[in-house]
Amino acid sequence: MTSIKKPRIYMPKLERNALGLTRMDYEGGMSTLCAGCGHDSITAAVVQAFFELGLPPHRAVKLSGIGCSSKTTAYFMPQAHGFNGVHGRMPAVVSGANAAQRELTYIGISGDGDSLSIGLGQLCHAIRRNVNMLYVLENNGVYGLTKGQFSASSDLGSKSKKGEHNQDGPIDPVSMALSVGATFVARSFSGDKEQLVPILIAGLRHRGFAFIDVLSPCVTFNDHEGSTKSYTFIRKSTSEVVGTGFVPIKEEIATQYESGVVHPVTMHDGTTLYLRKVDASYDPTDRGVAYANLRERQERGEIATGLLYIQEDSADLHVREKTVATPLRDLPFESLCPGSAGLEKLMDEYL
Amino acid sequence: MSGTDEEGGLHTGSRVNDFAVKVATVNGTGSASANGLILKVIHRMEIPVSGKNVFPSNIQGLPTWYELRMSRQGHLARTPRFDLIVAMNPSTYARDVAEVQPGGWILYDDSWPLSKTLIRPDVTYLGIPLARLCIGKFAGSRVRVLMKNIAYAGALAALIGLDMDIIRELLEETFSRKKALLESNYVAVALGYDYARAHFDCPLPIRLEKMEPGHRHILMDGNTAAALGCVYAGATVGAWYPITPATSVMDNFTMLCKRFRTEPDGTKNFAILQAEDELAAAGMVVGAGWMGARAFTSTAGPGIDLMSEFVGLAYYTEVPCVFFDIQRTGPSTGMPTRTQQGDLLTIAYASHGDTKHIALFPADPEECFHLTVAAFDLAERFQTPVFVVSDLDIGMNDWRIPRLQWDDDYHWDRGKVLGEAELAELESFSRYLDVDGDGIAARTLPGVSAKGAYFVRGSGHDKHGNYTEDEEGYQEVVDRLVRKLETAKSALPAPVIGRREGACALLVCLGSSDAACREAIDLLAARGLAMDLLRVRAFPFSQDVDALLAEHDMVFVVDQNRDGQLCTLLVNETSVEKAKLHSVRHYSGTPISAVHVLDGVLPVLDPATDGTAATSRSTRQAKCPRLQA
Repeated sequence: MTSIKKPRIYMPKLERNALGLTRMDYEGGMSTLCAGCGHDSITAAVVQAFFELGLPPHRAVKLSGIGCSSKTTAYFMPQAHGFNGVHGRMPAVVSGANAAQRELTYIGISGDGDSLSIGLGQLCHAIRRNVNMLYVLENNGVYGLTKGQFSASSDLGSKSKKGEHNQDGPIDPVSMALSVGATFVARSFSGDKEQLVPILIAGLRHRGFAFIDVLSPCVTFNDHEGSTKSYTFIRKSTSEVVGTGFVPIKEEIATQYESGVVHPVTMHDGTTLYLRKVDASYDPTDRGVAYANLRERQERGEIATGLLYIQEDSADLHVREKTVATPLRDLPFESLCPGSAGLEKLMDEYL
Repeated sequence: MSGTDEEGGLHTGSRVNDFAVKVATVNGTGSASANGLILKVIHRMEIPVSGKNVFPSNIQGLPTWYELRMSRQGHLARTPRFDLIVAMNPSTYARDVAEVQPGGWILYDDSWPLSKTLIRPDVTYLGIPLARLCIGKFAGSRVRVLMKNIAYAGALAALIGLDMDIIRELLEETFSRKKALLESNYVAVALGYDYARAHFDCPLPIRLEKMEPGHRHILMDGNTAAALGCVYAGATVGAWYPITPATSVMDNFTMLCKRFRTEPDGTKNFAILQAEDELAAAGMVVGAGWMGARAFTSTAGPGIDLMSEFVGLAYYTEVPCVFFDIQRTGPSTGMPTRTQQGDLLTIAYASHGDTKHIALFPADPEECFHLTVAAFDLAERFQTPVFVVSDLDIGMNDWRIPRLQWDDDYHWDRGKVLGEAELAELESFSRYLDVDGDGIAARTLPGVSAKGAYFVRGSGHDKHGNYTEDEEGYQEVVDRLVRKLETAKSALPAPVIGRREGACALLVCLGSSDAACREAIDLLAARGLAMDLLRVRAFPFSQDVDALLAEHDMVFVVDQNRDGQLCTLLVNETSVEKAKLHSVRHYSGTPISAVHVLDGVLPVLDPATDGTAATSRSTRQAKCPRLQA
């Protein structure tokens, strides 16, 4: 079977963005995932985010590893270059690609097997390098393509479709990301597009590694009673800590800000991100506060969602490496090769 | 080999500029500086010299050796026959004393008496109380240890005739900003020198005499030369994970980039990423290569294993990238500080599924430089991983090579890359379409044009780059990859062929076996046995390799590994008859010498030298008649 192209339907009245493109221009091939898969909702949110951002699709780069989640890069922006690599190794590919071309917008889509088992090391180290990218972990707590094994994000005691209870403790991707120094950490739910889309946009605008754990139920292998990654369980347990929005009306915000509920963050591109805090005392720019709040809610059986932590003034890989402004891959040969004169001089040091 | 005359027997008389010295010391005591100094002095005396480090996997405290070979004829392969041993490590005295040739010399520290069990009647002992002399001159135990090493260099200056002016010149260069150190080094050199002159008949029959300045040579190790090749080839992204003996490739790339690739405002036109492991290093190189940068990684065998999955991905998705394998002794962790050519088979077919890779085999640092530049061109031209296969001997030892030259007319070959303008002329772009019939499809770079966008996938894809599980669509692409590699064969560095008149056999080798093989061929010629030499410089093998193999009835294949991996590759990849191949193998971890080659060749080529082969003597002799002198 080959990939399925979606039919293009002429719809002149569709909403257009600043580039004159419609949402359809950001949609990709037909999904081959199961009907009702949370991942497809995330794909729709990604499409919406890129559409709203008004980014030319060919200036975006989409990468993934292996697994159901990693298939989804084929389902959005066919005019963006894509890279579906090897299992768990997408972060390394992005690191190299980004080192070579710093001007493009990088989005990586991964799953809990790809990110927390085989690729846990790669994820941690891409976070440490603060590669400028948006990393979406589509988290369903199960291996779908191999038919239902527990993953590293499966909760202790969570029941598999076959009725087994998970014996190993989970890796919480959000706690992990915070602990290794991620500069943008969020959690959302595939079923909450209103929350997810602004977070995706904020993540794409963030300079550095933007990490989003998106709970995304697997309708075939992990949506039953006793699973902690089912639609029902997630709906019941999620609790928004911080809401995200790019609100254009300044006065309104100013009023709200005075009340201590809205926290503005200036993004490196000059736009302002407004974070609506559920609890006025929460500070999303304080890693310690974010971590403590997360733990507290975990103990209460709640799943904290929203943009939980952001550090916007962080130095990304290129700032740290002090690379030139021109993408390395575009540097002309003449500026890279020291020529015979340079060599001749150097040789004198090896006599 | 040192100390041999034309018939391979030992010299007994005076030997100027043709002998070997082995220095036995303790790791981490500063002996490397002393040994480096000696090597450079001899080099600046214009005498062909090689220096080989035999060191332990250890930072401080274990035995280490340094082997110096001087050869006025320019035979600089390792020799296992030493005329003089500088025995500075009591813990290895027994082994070191045993290694010196009969009639040779042992220089040792007689601050303490030598055990009687170490006395051999057939060698001359030169005792110098180095430790005692240093205690008298220097304060502090560390300084005393360091200066003891410089003192044996001073003793050697007297004994074998190192030029004192050049020693002074080198010390001044090294310590130009540290006057106190310069002074103590002078004192230490004089300690050894004066004592040797006062107590022994200097110089010894094995001695050095300045030679005429000929070609302008330098001393450089292969890893430095490879790093320099990366700079000159325009590589901008280096990703790596530290591993002996490959680390100094990236260390030198870093050093050279700081110098050649840094803008006045301090910004860099390169990025060096130290990855979390070799898997990530390979992934970074693939990512950067896909994005259009010249990217490379340097590693050794264990790293190649970890990189294999990405190598297969790069092969199948056709991403240019360059891998350096500085081979060391395997299997597993093996002997990480010893040399071998043990990764040939791994590299030729690295990764699962049907894969085959371009590999280049430099024989010395000069070739490391030039073949590195070629590797980047080949990687981009053929859109595939290219391996530069070096080893510890080439990579970490200083070799005497001609000054590196650069042709300013060179311009990099980026291969078939479609830009916006070219894409505009196309109706549509298909990533894996063989338009020119050479097996090479044009690629596009991300971010350039929407029309050129495609999806790189390690999963089955058709010629358009689309996902497929279709029989024909899949097969069409993998069959084209075969054609692409066929095209590549004629573009790879040609083998080096050395013909001898009346040659009765062929010697085949690659990489660092070259010097030992050339010397072996000279020694055989002196015995009246002529052999041709074929040094392959690239895999897959070109037609020339096949043709030369076909010309000979008897072929010796030299490998620095246990299983004869080059031999296996020849059987597998050429039409040579297996029966006529004789595998010559050396795999102890030391660089191969001409002695090892002769040991493998002579019993077959000239059974008279080997009683066990006497039964077939007549037929074999008929095959390979001695040339009339």
